[in-house]
Amino acid sequence: MSLNPSPATASGGRRERSERSRWIGAAVSGLLSSVGAVAIALLVGAIVILISGDDPLVAYRALFRGAFGGVRPLSETLVAATPLIFGGLAFSLAFRAGMFNIGVEGQLVLGGLAAGWVGAQAFGLPKLLHLPLALVAAMLVGGLWGAIPGALKARTGAHEVITTIMLNYLAARISAYAVGTNGPLKGEAALPATDPALLSAQLNRLVPGERVNVGLLLGLVCAGLLWYLLFRTTFGYRVRTVGLSRGAAAYAGISWGRTITLAMMGSGLLAGLGGASEVLGLQGRYYDKFSPGYGFTSIAIGLVGRNHPVGVVLAAVLFGALNSGATAMQSAAGTSKELVQILQALVILSVAAFAAVARLQIGQRIMSRRSPGSSGSQGGDRAAAVGMEPDLEARPAPPVV
Amino acid sequence: MASPLIFASMGGLLSERSGVMNIALEGFMLMGAFSAAAGAHYTGNPYLGLLIGALAAGFTALIHAFWCITLRGDQIVAGTAINLLGIGVPAFLLQRLFGTVGRSPTVERLPSITSGLNILVPVAFLLVPTIWYFLYRTKPGLRVLAAGEQPRAAESVGVAVDRYRYGCVLASGILAGIGGAFLSIGDLSLFTNGMTNGRGFIALAALVFGNWMPLGTLGAALFFGAAQAVQIQSQAVGLPVSKELIIALPYLLTLIALTGVVRNSTPPAGLGKHATAD
Repeated sequence: MSLNPSPATASGGRRERSERSRWIGAAVSGLLSSVGAVAIALLVGAIVILISGDDPLVAYRALFRGAFGGVRPLSETLVAATPLIFGGLAFSLAFRAGMFNIGVEGQLVLGGLAAGWVGAQAFGLPKLLHLPLALVAAMLVGGLWGAIPGALKARTGAHEVITTIMLNYLAARISAYAVGTNGPLKGEAALPATDPALLSAQLNRLVPGERVNVGLLLGLVCAGLLWYLLFRTTFGYRVRTVGLSRGAAAYAGISWGRTITLAMMGSGLLAGLGGASEVLGLQGRYYDKFSPGYGFTSIAIGLVGRNHPVGVVLAAVLFGALNSGATAMQSAAGTSKELVQILQALVILSVAAFAAVARLQIGQRIMSRRSPGSSGSQGGDRAAAVGMEPDLEARPAPPVV
Repeated sequence: MASPLIFASMGGLLSERSGVMNIALEGFMLMGAFSAAAGAHYTGNPYLGLLIGALAAGFTALIHAFWCITLRGDQIVAGTAINLLGIGVPAFLLQRLFGTVGRSPTVERLPSITSGLNILVPVAFLLVPTIWYFLYRTKPGLRVLAAGEQPRAAESVGVAVDRYRYGCVLASGILAGIGGAFLSIGDLSLFTNGMTNGRGFIALAALVFGNWMPLGTLGAALFFGAAQAVQIQSQAVGLPVSKELIIALPYLLTLIALTGVVRNSTPPAGLGKHATAD
C-alpha cells in the first residue's frame, strides 16, 4: 500500500496548499506555545528568586550575559547544549513511536564508555577509521541498551518507564565496575576512567582555545537526519503512526512490536552518540559519572522541543544557556545553582500545561460537533497531550497492555 | 529495609487502583524525605518532622492529582516532571536553608523500639491488611476499585470518580512521603541528595509484580527489600562477589520481575482513562 503523505489527487495543488498552511499554522502555534510556556516558567522563576531575597532582573541579565555575551560564553553554551541535542533527539524518536525512553541516561553512559574505550586503544588506525569506529561502537552499545526495553515491551508488555529506569541504574553499575579499581576497561591513571582517547579518535575543537567541538556539528547533522527519517521515509511514517494510534497502525499492517523496538534502538543509538560526543569531543576520555544527568534533562528537551528535531535543537540551546549562565547568575545575583534545575522543571510543567490546555480546547471543539461517546485513553493521546499533531479524530486506541 | 518500599508501594496501589498512573512516587518520597529531615531539624522533634514530611509529599501529590485529573494532562509526563522537581527542590532548599550542598545536618531520628527498628516498621506491616480491608470490604474502597476499573460506568452510577481519585493520589503522596521520611529520619538521621535511589520506581515494580493487590505487593516489596538488605550486608561482610554486582541486584531483579511475571498481571482496566468523555 502506498504510504504517500500528500495524496496526488486531481485537486492536488489546492489540497497541498491548504495542507501546507495548516502545517505552518500548527508549527507556529506550537512554537508560540513553547515560547509562551518558557516565558511563564521564567516568570515563576523570577518570583522564586524574589522570594529567596535576590533581584530577578540582575539575575536574568547575568544569566543572559553568562550564556551569550561573548565567544567564551557562547562556546560554553553550545558545549552544554551538544549532549542535550543528542539526548533530546533520542527521546523524541522514542516518543514519536509512543515510547517514553527514560533510559537515555544509561544509553548515553554506555555509549560513551564504548567510545571512550575504543578511542583509547592503539589500533594503529588513521583518524578516518578510528574515529568512526569509536562512534560506531557507541551507536551499537547505545542502540542495544535502547533495544532491550523496546523488545521487552513488545514481547511481554513490560512498562518501558520502569525497565528503562532500571537499565539506567544497571548502566551506572556497569560503568562503575568497568572503570573502577581493577576494572577491565580502566586506564592506567589512578582515576575511575579509561585511558585518554588517542588523537586519532578525538573530535576536533571548532574554535582554537574554546571547548566547542565537532560534536556539535555531529549533533546538528543528526537532527537533520532524524527530521528526514521521521518525515520523509517509510520507517518514519510507521513510527509516527504507531505512536499516534496503535490501532490504526495495526489496521495499516504496521508491526507495532517491531517498530517500537527499532525506534527504541534508534533512540539508544542517538543517546550513545551523545555520550561519545561528550567523551571524545569534550572530556578526552571516559570518566565514571561524567554525565550530570544529561539523560534526564533530555526528557525536558524533548518535551519542550515538541519532539521535533528543530524544536529539540532550540530547546537544547535554551537549556545549555541556562546551564552555562547559571554560574554567572550565581556570582552576580547570589542565586544558587540549583535554581536552574527548578527552572527546568518549571519549563517542563509549563510546556505540558499549555499543551494540555490546548488539547482540552480541541477536545471541547470536537465534542460540540460529535455525539458523546468518544473517549481518549492515555496511550494514543499522549502525542496530543504534548501539543504535537492534535488528535483531531480522537478515536479510542485498542487497550494498551 | 522493605518498609519504605511498603509505604510507597501501598501508596502507589491506592493511586493506580483508582485509575491514576503514578510514576511520581520517587518524587513524593524525595520530598517527604527532605521535608521530614528539615522539619525535624527546625522543630527538634522527629514526629513533627514525620508529619511535615507527609504533608509536603501530600502537597506535591496534589499537584500531580490536579494535573492528571482536572487538567487531564498526560500522567507520565506529570510524573516525570514531579520526579525532576523532587530532585531539584530539595537540592535547592538544602542549599538555601542549610547552606550545604549534598547533605543536610544530622537531625533527631525516630526512636527505635527494638534492635534498631523504628516505629514505622510495624506500621508498615499493619498498613497492608488495613488497605486490603479498606479496598475490598468497605463501600468507599469498593468505589475506588470501581473508579479504577470502569470509570465511566462508575460515574454513571453516581460514584464521584474524580473526587475518589484525588483522595487516592493524595493518600499515595502521604504514604510515599512517609516512606521517604523513613529513609531520612527513621534510618539515617539526615538527608542526602537523591537518597531514595530509585526506590520509588522499585515500589512501582513491586506493585506490578504483586498484580496490583495488597498482599502480592507486600510480598514483592519484601522481596526487593531483601535484595537491598543483602546488598548492604554483603558490603559489610565482603563477599567474593563484585561489589557492583551486589548493588545492581535489586535493580536487576526488578527488571527480571517485570518481564517474567507481567504476562499474568492485570492492571486496573481503567488506568489512565477518565470518567467523563474527553
